[in-house]
Amino acid sequence: MKTLFDKVWDSHVVAREEDETLLYVDRCLIHEGSRHTFDALHERGLAVAHPEKVFAFSDHYIPTDPRARVQGVASIPDPEIRNMVELLIRNTDEFKISRFGWGDERQGILHVAGPELGLSQPGIVLVGADSHTSTHGAFGNLSFGIGASETTHVVATQTIWQRRPKSLRITIDGRLGFGVTAKDIILAIIAKIGIGGAIGYVIEYTGSTIAGMTMNERMTVCNMSIEAGARAGMIAPDDTTYAFLADRAFAPKGRAWDEALKFWRSLPSDAEAKFDKDVQLDATGVAPMVTWGTNPEQALPITGSVPDPGREPNGERRTEYANALSYMGLSAGMPLTNIAIDRVFIGSCTNSRIDDLRAAASVAKLGHAVVPAWVVPGSESVRRQAEAEGLDRVFIAAGFEWRAPGCSLCTALNGDQLKPGERCGSTSNRNFQGRQGPGGRTHLMSPAMAAAAALRGRLTDVRELSARN
Amino acid sequence: MEPFSTLSGIAVPLDEANLDTNQLCPTRFNKVPKGPRFAQILLHDRRFNADGSEKPDYILNQEPYRRAVVAVAGRNFGVGSSRETAVFGLIGFGIRSVIAPNFGDIFFNNSLKNGLLPVRLPAATVEKLMRQLLAERGARMTVDLPNQTVIGPDGESYRFDIEPLSKRRLLRGLDEIAHTQEYSGAIKQFENAQKTALPWLYS
Repeated sequence: MKTLFDKVWDSHVVAREEDETLLYVDRCLIHEGSRHTFDALHERGLAVAHPEKVFAFSDHYIPTDPRARVQGVASIPDPEIRNMVELLIRNTDEFKISRFGWGDERQGILHVAGPELGLSQPGIVLVGADSHTSTHGAFGNLSFGIGASETTHVVATQTIWQRRPKSLRITIDGRLGFGVTAKDIILAIIAKIGIGGAIGYVIEYTGSTIAGMTMNERMTVCNMSIEAGARAGMIAPDDTTYAFLADRAFAPKGRAWDEALKFWRSLPSDAEAKFDKDVQLDATGVAPMVTWGTNPEQALPITGSVPDPGREPNGERRTEYANALSYMGLSAGMPLTNIAIDRVFIGSCTNSRIDDLRAAASVAKLGHAVVPAWVVPGSESVRRQAEAEGLDRVFIAAGFEWRAPGCSLCTALNGDQLKPGERCGSTSNRNFQGRQGPGGRTHLMSPAMAAAAALRGRLTDVRELSARN
Repeated sequence: MEPFSTLSGIAVPLDEANLDTNQLCPTRFNKVPKGPRFAQILLHDRRFNADGSEKPDYILNQEPYRRAVVAVAGRNFGVGSSRETAVFGLIGFGIRSVIAPNFGDIFFNNSLKNGLLPVRLPAATVEKLMRQLLAERGARMTVDLPNQTVIGPDGESYRFDIEPLSKRRLLRGLDEIAHTQEYSGAIKQFENAQKTALPWLYS
């Protein structure tokens, strides 16, 4: 009796030494930030073992100002940022690695464009030089983020040493309430188990709620597995998965598809498979969530109030809460819907796919943004689809800014960043101190909630806004 | 990689939980090539004002902690982004071992690849060490990898676990890639078998 994870892991073992396993890596995704890996390859004179199994994306440092994108790489004013974009071009050319870069119609955030290309397939081991590589596990594979040294090891040997993680099954059942999304589900899970709650584990998400989700929603859930500390997040492949993969550029075709499908159908966990730990969540009880603090577990339903550190019985937590409130400039007990924001960011590898933009647009069209609000599609393909549906025009008419694909204000690497003290309603994945720029304050939420916040200029329960129309 | 054997010296109490990699290395420094600049980058926004001047209140800006070689920290140390620059910062500063109840998974692995020893000890033990360090400024600790023990400021020792292969690599400063290349035959064999079983991954 094996879990999905067991099946993928066991089929990738090359060798074992004591407690460590040498795992074969089917695909490795890199980006402009992977300079340290190329520096190491150069310094040590190493070759890339299988350039055809490595895929590079221009996303972390690429500007998202559409005017800059027309002008080209040379137009990036900051020489250090420009250097990062140019380094990826030079390094991928040198090592003959496929690049989905500036000007390419397949460009996008590695965790948005990668799945669109059909690179993320059931049963494979996929690593990425980015912690949110857990996203790809939505396709029933083992995908996880690694650092620069491990990336160097992977591209040089096509393998990685791993200690076998434990398994955690999170069962989510029930229909999502009105205004509740995949983002709210994963924020509720992290609030429940904590940012260290899944350290040492690979999560398998299962249950009727997950089964009913689109691939885009499943990717949102798996994306934030790392925010609970998990090595990876996985969802068993099913007809929704196969429908998404069919006809994608890197997906098998014709007879190969039939063969692959037969294999993929063998991957879901056996009914009697044992997990090391089990957690349940009733989706019907989840409300739209927002974070109030400085890490993703500090999240509450929008109907709640900022916690009072004085009422927290645990001493360590009391200090954490007090520090978070001080950094965030909030006072204990204030209703979350009283928190005024300075700007809104809709984008990132968590929430920049077409479903996300549709949800945000359906709210945006109910009014007009009263604070600067950016919409940054996750990929060129999402941008084209959104424009074909007229979503860009909906956003622009509502006073939102429609930008070009990239990581943008989630990572704040490309120059898109908050000013010190600025408060942002954001669909990204991390509200750590300084994540969106030094001194910046982040409130995480779903795309619909972010759009609602833009219309009101404060944190808003989207259900109020939508219900009235 | 510089080998790690036994480390003795000043231990700094970083009395805070959830020090994520964004704090250890603020994002804008991720583009800096590995090198001496990282001594200044570690916990940069905790240590420096916007104008670049030092914040004298922050513990790493105080003597004798500028010479710290061990750090004791709260739970969830190094969670978040996969940036290895977080490890470059600690090493650049001179810290070769961090003791905490648990670590962000990717940070933990990144540390081992750079000769930084992450030591997991029970939360109660870490709390005790933290209290001792806070009580006695400049107290020293020892991290003994061969014997897998930490010796606290009061001389009491605590055993820790580490995977044998990781331990061997650290002790000898072994190059992991060179080690893995000894498996090139097994890797080739794996690829041939996979090509037959899952041919669509090779077309």
